[in-house]
Amino acid sequence: MLGSRNFWLAMAALVVLYLLPFGVSGYVLGLLTVAYYYAVAAMAWDLLFGFAGEVNFGPSFLVGLGAYTATLLNVYAAAPILPCLLAAAAAAVAGGLVLAVPALRLRGPYFGLVTLVAVLLLQNIIVLFSGITGGEIGLALTDVLAIDDHTNYWYALGFMTVSGGLLFGLSRSSAGLILQASGQDAVQAAALGFNVAKHKLAAFCISALFSGLAGAMLVFYLGTASAGTVVDIGIGVQFIIAAVLGGRRTIIGAAIGSIFLIVAGEVLRPLGELSTFVVSSFALVVILFLPGGFLGLLAGRRG
Amino acid sequence: MLGLQILIDGFAISALYGLGAVGFSLIFGVSGVLNLSHGAIMVVAAVTAWATAGDLGFGTYGGALAGVLAGFVLSFATYFLVVRPIQGSHAIPREEKEIFVLTGTLLWGIMIQQAIAYLFFNTPKTVRPLVEGVVNIAGVRTPINEIVTLLVSWTAIGLLWLLINRTRAGKALLAASMNPRGLTLLGFEMANIHCVVWAIYGVLAGIAGVLLGAFLGVSSDNIGTLTASAFSIVVLGGLGSVSGSLIAAYVVGYLETVTAYLVAPSVRSVPVLLLLVLVVYLRPQGLLGRR
Repeated sequence: MLGSRNFWLAMAALVVLYLLPFGVSGYVLGLLTVAYYYAVAAMAWDLLFGFAGEVNFGPSFLVGLGAYTATLLNVYAAAPILPCLLAAAAAAVAGGLVLAVPALRLRGPYFGLVTLVAVLLLQNIIVLFSGITGGEIGLALTDVLAIDDHTNYWYALGFMTVSGGLLFGLSRSSAGLILQASGQDAVQAAALGFNVAKHKLAAFCISALFSGLAGAMLVFYLGTASAGTVVDIGIGVQFIIAAVLGGRRTIIGAAIGSIFLIVAGEVLRPLGELSTFVVSSFALVVILFLPGGFLGLLAGRRG
Repeated sequence: MLGLQILIDGFAISALYGLGAVGFSLIFGVSGVLNLSHGAIMVVAAVTAWATAGDLGFGTYGGALAGVLAGFVLSFATYFLVVRPIQGSHAIPREEKEIFVLTGTLLWGIMIQQAIAYLFFNTPKTVRPLVEGVVNIAGVRTPINEIVTLLVSWTAIGLLWLLINRTRAGKALLAASMNPRGLTLLGFEMANIHCVVWAIYGVLAGIAGVLLGAFLGVSSDNIGTLTASAFSIVVLGGLGSVSGSLIAAYVVGYLETVTAYLVAPSVRSVPVLLLLVLVVYLRPQGLLGRR
C-alpha cells in the first residue's frame, strides 16, 4: 500500500516539524502541541477502526479516562507527573478491556452505541460529582509538564513520534496483518487458525494505552481538565474525522488529519461560528469524493 | 397526586419520543441507514416553525406547517446529498459503506447545527403551542399543549401503521425491510422505495420537531442529545422494529420522568444509559429485534 517513498516523505515532514521551533512563534507552537496530542488519540483510534474493524464512537471515553485519572491523582494524592501518566495508561487499558468485552460479542451499530453510551456515562459521572472533578468548569492540576512553549512542543512532538512509530510498526507487522484480516473477515481469519479474540483484545489494550496517555499528557499541558475538553462527544468526533480525513488504515494519515483540523480551525477562526461549518463541509466533501483521504489521494496518484 | 403527574407527563413525553424514534427506525429497517443527522432535522423543523410563526408572522398553524415542510425538504437533502452518493460510490468498499454513511450523516448534522447557531444563535427557542391553556385532570394542572402533543403523535403513528399495513406502497416498504432482493426481482425499483421512505421519515421528523419545540423548546445545542436518544430508543427496542421502538420510547420516557421527579432532573438520563448497557450486553438484538 504505502511504499518506502511515503516513508521518506513522512521522515522529511518530521524533520521540518522538529526544526519548526527555530522559525515560528510560541503561539503556533502551542497550537501544534495540542494537535500532536490529538494526533496520538486519532492514530490509536485508527488502529481499532482501520485494522481491527471496530467502530469506536467513543475515543474520548479512553482519552477522558486517562486524563481524569491523571488529574485526580495529581490533585488529591499529590502524585508526581510520571506515576500519574502510568496510572492514566493503566486506567485507560482497563477501560479498553471493558469496551472489548461487548465488542467481541456485538456487531456494527450495537457496538457503536455501547461506546457512545460509555462516553455519555463518563460525562454524566464527571458532572454529577463536580464537587470532586470540577465538572464542566474544570479542575486545575498542581503540576504542568513545562511552562516554556519550546519544551512543551518537544514533549508533544517526541510523544507523537514515538507513539506513531510504534503504532505504525505494529500495523505493518505480522500481528497487524492478522488484525486486519480479523477485522475484514473474522470467520475466515479464525478458519486460518488465528486467534481473532486475542488479537482484537490486544488491539483494544494498545489503542486504549495510547489514548489514555494522550489524554493525560494533554491535561498536563493544558493545566486543567474539564469534561468539555477531554470527554465531550464532539472531541471524540474530531479524532474520528481526523482519521478518516487523513486516510483510514494508514495510522500516519490520522496524524496528518489531526494537524490539518487544528490548523484549519485556527486559520478560519475569523469566521466565528462558521469555521466549524466550513471544516465539517470540507470533511464531508473529502469523504464523498476521496474516501481514501489525503493519503489515499497520494497513493492513487502513484498507482 | 405526584403519581398521576408522572403518569401524564411521562405519557406525553414518551409519545413524542416514540414519534421521533419511529422514523429513525423505519429508515434503518428499509434502507439500513442510521441517520446521525436525525436530531439536526428535528431542530431545523422546530426552529423553522418558531421563525415563520414569530418573525415572519404566519401564525401558529402556518409556522407548524412550515416546520413540517422544512423537515421534509431537509430529509430529501440528506438522502440525495449525503446518503445516496455514498451508497452509489465505487471508491468505497461495500463493507465500509456503513461507517461512511455514519460519518457522513454525522458531519452533515454538525453542519446543520452550526448553520442554525450562526443564523438563529444557540439560545433555546420555544414554539408557540397550537392550543394554549391549562386543564385540570383530577387535580393535576395539565397544559392543553401536552394533550395536543400526545394526540398528534399517536395520530401520526396510527397513520403510519395504516400506510404500512394497508396500502400497496406501504407493503412494498415492509417487503423491502425483509428481503430487498426479492422485491427487486418482482420489478420494484429500490431507488423509488428509498425515496418514499425518506419522504415519510421527513414528515415524521418534521412533526416530531415542531411538537418538541412547543413542548420542551429546542436549541442547536440539543442536537447531539436528540440523536443519541433516538439511537438509544431504537436500539433498546430492536433495530428496525417499529413496535419495539414504541415500547422502548415508553420505557425511556417513563424512566426519565420518574427519575426527574423522584431523584433529580439533572440525573434523568443516567438510569436510561445503564439500562441500555445492560440490554445491549444481555440481549443485543433489543426488546423485539431480530438477530
